[in-house]
Amino acid sequence: MEPTQTVARRSPGRWLILLGILLSALTLSGIAASPAMAEEVSPAPAAEQTEEPTAPAEEEEFENFFTGNVTFEDEPLEGVRITVEGNGFEAETETDAEGKWRIGVPERATYEVTLDEDTLPEGVAVTEGGATVEAEFGLTGIKAVNFFIGEGERQTTGLFAQVLIRLVNGLNFGLLLALAAIGLSLIFGTTGLSNFAHAEMVTFGALMVLTFGVDLALPIWIAIAIAIVLSALLGWVLDAGLWKPLRRRGVGLIPLMIVSIGLSLALRYTYQFIYGGGTQQLPGATAPSDIQLGPISLSWIDIASMTTSIVVLVAVAYFLLRTRIGKATRAVADNASLAAASGIDVDRVIRIVWVSGAALAGLAGVLWAYFRPGVSWDMGFQILLLIFAAVVLGGLGTAFGALVGSLIVGLFIEMSTLWIPSDMKYVGALVVLIVVLLFRPQGILGRRERIG
Amino acid sequence: MIDWITIFSNAAQELISPTTAAYALAALGLAIHFGYTGLLNFGQAGFMALGAYGYAISTLSFGFPVWAAVLVAIGASVIFALILGIPTLRLRADYLAIVTIAAAEILRLIFTTNTFDAITGSATGLQGYKTGLAALNPIPPGTYGFGPFTYNAFDWWIRIVGWTLVVLFALLTWLIMRSPWGRVIKGIREDEDAVRALGKNVYSYKMQSLILGGVYGTFAGMIFIMPRAVVPANYQTSLTFFIYAILLLGGAATIFGPIVGSMIFWVLLSFFSGFVARAVEVGWFPFMTQVQAGQLRFILVGIAIMLIVIFRPQGIFGNKKELAFVK
Repeated sequence: MEPTQTVARRSPGRWLILLGILLSALTLSGIAASPAMAEEVSPAPAAEQTEEPTAPAEEEEFENFFTGNVTFEDEPLEGVRITVEGNGFEAETETDAEGKWRIGVPERATYEVTLDEDTLPEGVAVTEGGATVEAEFGLTGIKAVNFFIGEGERQTTGLFAQVLIRLVNGLNFGLLLALAAIGLSLIFGTTGLSNFAHAEMVTFGALMVLTFGVDLALPIWIAIAIAIVLSALLGWVLDAGLWKPLRRRGVGLIPLMIVSIGLSLALRYTYQFIYGGGTQQLPGATAPSDIQLGPISLSWIDIASMTTSIVVLVAVAYFLLRTRIGKATRAVADNASLAAASGIDVDRVIRIVWVSGAALAGLAGVLWAYFRPGVSWDMGFQILLLIFAAVVLGGLGTAFGALVGSLIVGLFIEMSTLWIPSDMKYVGALVVLIVVLLFRPQGILGRRERIG
Repeated sequence: MIDWITIFSNAAQELISPTTAAYALAALGLAIHFGYTGLLNFGQAGFMALGAYGYAISTLSFGFPVWAAVLVAIGASVIFALILGIPTLRLRADYLAIVTIAAAEILRLIFTTNTFDAITGSATGLQGYKTGLAALNPIPPGTYGFGPFTYNAFDWWIRIVGWTLVVLFALLTWLIMRSPWGRVIKGIREDEDAVRALGKNVYSYKMQSLILGGVYGTFAGMIFIMPRAVVPANYQTSLTFFIYAILLLGGAATIFGPIVGSMIFWVLLSFFSGFVARAVEVGWFPFMTQVQAGQLRFILVGIAIMLIVIFRPQGIFGNKKELAFVK
């Protein structure tokens, strides 16, 4: 093809150097594959990515437990084999002398717990509910799974109670999504950037709490405060060091978006490089759900999480609606040129939006770490699409739209598990996103305007 | 000591490996979407997954012959492109980006879930679908080749099939991009409203482009699974991002860019993968473990994407006059 000549003549040196950097960058990449890179071990990028976290780690590492007690007529049964299976994870154990068993699992998800009836003594069988039970964690990391052996009574949760439980769970999740979504939406509104690296800002908050609260053993409140301050600092650094210079160069919005994807990839694997691929728990993440409200049992973490979200969201609303700088922010989001013409310092507003958006994302990361529960290198990326879904649902660029969208996504995800398998619960939210775009592309709170 | 011969010959093998061909083809499809039409498709992994699963499921579950399995895969990706395109092609570019990335994830989650384990094999995936293609192999059994390029008959066969497809599709792309259709497509990238003012149905052209590039991705998905099994974890969003890295490296609006980009990408990736792994083994990088050496690659691919976009958005082969990005 003819094109290269002109460019090469214009600045041969610069792009050669760049190419050199780039090639070495591309290549300086390691490998997890075995030394004997045989024929087709051509490292498929994505496969390795998941090997790491799902590799069955030691049981002690897990903070989520299934426990149970196998007895027959008040006599404990020893040596009964229990297996847990699901999410590509499998583990088994045997009951001890007191008939108790306990299996740790990596994620708070739905698992199939099976009691091996062959290991029961003669003449004893599982009478009710079957030997395989589908078990899902509630708001805590401990879930009791009981089998009914011989005669026994079975406790079931009614549909209404289930709906209530999911409602509270969904509200909790939606509120923490909103914290991250508002930042993303404001950044989009003021700069036009769809920031894919927002997920890494979420993860950053949780990782900093892990560093200061666990590794340096500071009190958790101080650790969280430090994490949020550092998150804000990260937002400032990213804006000043990367996005502002790129805006100055006049780089288009689509290239900026691809830069944010590259940044997201680089940051995410830097986290994995430093913190490893496992899941670690923050202090208090396994607090018992001992607060009973009707059929709903909550832990104080859940209550604190929801309260924090609501207080912060109200504060953000006050900031946007009542303060001078908040009004300026909305003005810039509305029309940056007009805002600049009326004397608003657009660069300052954008800087404030980046700093506060990053702080909110960091806080969302901390709450997400408690909700999952656990801190891992890709935790932010797991909810990135949900954050985007929330922002698009509510209307790109509108702060309150992001709030409404987040609550809808959160509630929808939790409620949908009543009908669809819980390993598909994110599918529902993403389908809703596509359907909403069909009928109301500007989003729920978006203004009707031409966006095509 | 470091075994340089092995490192180099492993890297050289990537030059003609089926994986390189698959990435080249997927990147070529993305070049039609992104480079020529200006569509921001972040769901190329989804099209590849449809190729892989469409082929494997129709072979394994329904016993289809090769040609029928290929048709099923193409049909699936055409439907997928229509579903993606109808709501988003009238909207701004970033909506398409968000919807395609979401749709690709939906596909992956559906292929991963335990609910359809009987058909999709859930997280463990599928294998045993290669006999149909192997039966078409005209090469008599045996080992052929020289130096590092020594393979058995089936391995040569999938290489020949893969690269023939790459050449055919490159030729097709070249032909259609200099046809009137291609000029309209490039016009849409440069100025949608101007093309609309000329009385062209922009929406329909964009849809055709989305379908065409998606079919490329589907063929890439079918080549991709020939040397390995179908595993849902392979179709994460990072697969799409890798293809973007290849496309941007070679040049978004070029024919040779995606192909040469893919070769450069995989040869260099293999070379430094091998090098860093050995270097860690012999203790040259005491601060790094083998696992960390594997993660370094992703970090550097991410940095590379940023640098290319900022400093050389037209890639190696691109022409700066032919804008690589929609505004």
